[in-house]
Amino acid sequence: MTPPTSAITLHAVEKRFDTDTGTVQALAPTNLDIAARELIVLLGPSGCGKTTLLRLVAGLIAPTTGAVHVNGTELWHGTTRAEAAIRDLGVVFQDANLFPWYSIEQNIALPLALRGIPQRPRLQRARELATLVGIAGFEKRWPRELSGGMRQRAAIARALSTEPSILLMDEPFGALDAMTRDTMNLELQRIWMQTACTIVLVTHSITEAVFLADRVVLLSPRPGRIDSITHVNFPRPRPVDIQADPMFAALCGTLRQRLDAM
Amino acid sequence: MRRHPEWIATPLLLILLLATWQIYVVHWHVSPFILPPPTAVWSAFVYLLQTPSTWAHIAITLKETLGGFIIAAITGILLGVAVGKFAWLERTLDPFIIASQVVPKVALVPLFIVWFGFGSTSKILISAVIAFFPIFTNTVLGVKSIEPGHTDVMTSLNASRLARFRHLELPSAAPYILTGMEVGIVLAIIGCVVAQFLGGNAGLGYLLVAEMNAYQTDLLFAVILLLTLVGFACYATIGATRRLMIPWHESARRRVG
Repeated sequence: MTPPTSAITLHAVEKRFDTDTGTVQALAPTNLDIAARELIVLLGPSGCGKTTLLRLVAGLIAPTTGAVHVNGTELWHGTTRAEAAIRDLGVVFQDANLFPWYSIEQNIALPLALRGIPQRPRLQRARELATLVGIAGFEKRWPRELSGGMRQRAAIARALSTEPSILLMDEPFGALDAMTRDTMNLELQRIWMQTACTIVLVTHSITEAVFLADRVVLLSPRPGRIDSITHVNFPRPRPVDIQADPMFAALCGTLRQRLDAM
Repeated sequence: MRRHPEWIATPLLLILLLATWQIYVVHWHVSPFILPPPTAVWSAFVYLLQTPSTWAHIAITLKETLGGFIIAAITGILLGVAVGKFAWLERTLDPFIIASQVVPKVALVPLFIVWFGFGSTSKILISAVIAFFPIFTNTVLGVKSIEPGHTDVMTSLNASRLARFRHLELPSAAPYILTGMEVGIVLAIIGCVVAQFLGGNAGLGYLLVAEMNAYQTDLLFAVILLLTLVGFACYATIGATRRLMIPWHESARRRVG
């Protein structure tokens, strides 16, 4: 039995992929405990298994060995996923992955449509979420009419539509320019404080990691494994100019050194 | 007008073309059996439209073309979805598909006339066979071109098979299917007309051969013009369907500026 304060528990989770040239260990057996309402950032160079780790938690791939618990429920039962665990998760990908054939509000409301929520209440909810993520007024537009940053906001709204207690984000701002990225980090912090959910975010940007995280989980490659965990204790809400703070720079420097040593 | 120079340029080009044609025929005394002047073609066209039997030929051509096209669309989409979704089915059928694509379909016309007679059935089936392949291959491509990222979204939402089909696979494949149908309708008309050349006593294809045998070259041109208009109407109908069904797609976007 997992303590109820843990949002996500990884117990000796390992992932191996079979390729033509043999088996590749993407993630060595890993233990990790993520508390409810925590903002965890998975940081590491490419090939360190951070995306694999996130996809394991999202139930997009099954672990080779070990167990993933979401709010105390084991995610996988053989080859099927526990519906109860999946319902607690919202996932945001590197690409917004909005469906181009649906308007922004229909995209945001898609998870609710899949749950059989009638049109009127679900579009009502979509409009509220559009306001929350800062794209009010664009509900009727096609995704292609929006900028990359706005599409990613819509994708966040879609992930939040089912009011998940856990939000999983795989390099959500990786494709955005630096200025939009700073704005989105601020916005994400605000949304996180407003919705009181647990966030697990994958990134390869050190400043993004330190700016957002309660704890930065640094992963190292070949095979992917946890290198170190860094606590970040700046008060919230953190302003953008905290990046100029010597403490901030020191944390970034330490992480940079560890990354360079890999 | 400055925004749309083609509104002036296109009609101007047409008039220039027709004028050159007229001048060439009149000035060099070209035999009207070889090339009638545009004015003669126009009068023949007007005469054709005033003849009641012409409308019967149009109706038959439309019936046979659309009959074949509908058969091709239904079988092409159903088979295309099946082949696109099941890799084992594609591997099994691949040699047959390639072989039947390589066969020049019009070569089957005599055979179909032997099998199904000189009536409408052989024409409908020829149209269907020719229109089938672009619809089928585009459907396969459409079903296989679903973005992995979109699939991840549906998986992360634990979507049922039906929900995946309705919200992802069908709309994702729709632009491809409609492109196949656009090509298919044009090919269906070609199939129908070629089949009418070789057998039967009705349809615009038959009328074409009849005017040729009668040395009525001006009427021959008029029938070609009529066929072009019928083809254009069919194509435009599918095009309109496309804009109606997939307004979100780039191809349906109105040109701006």
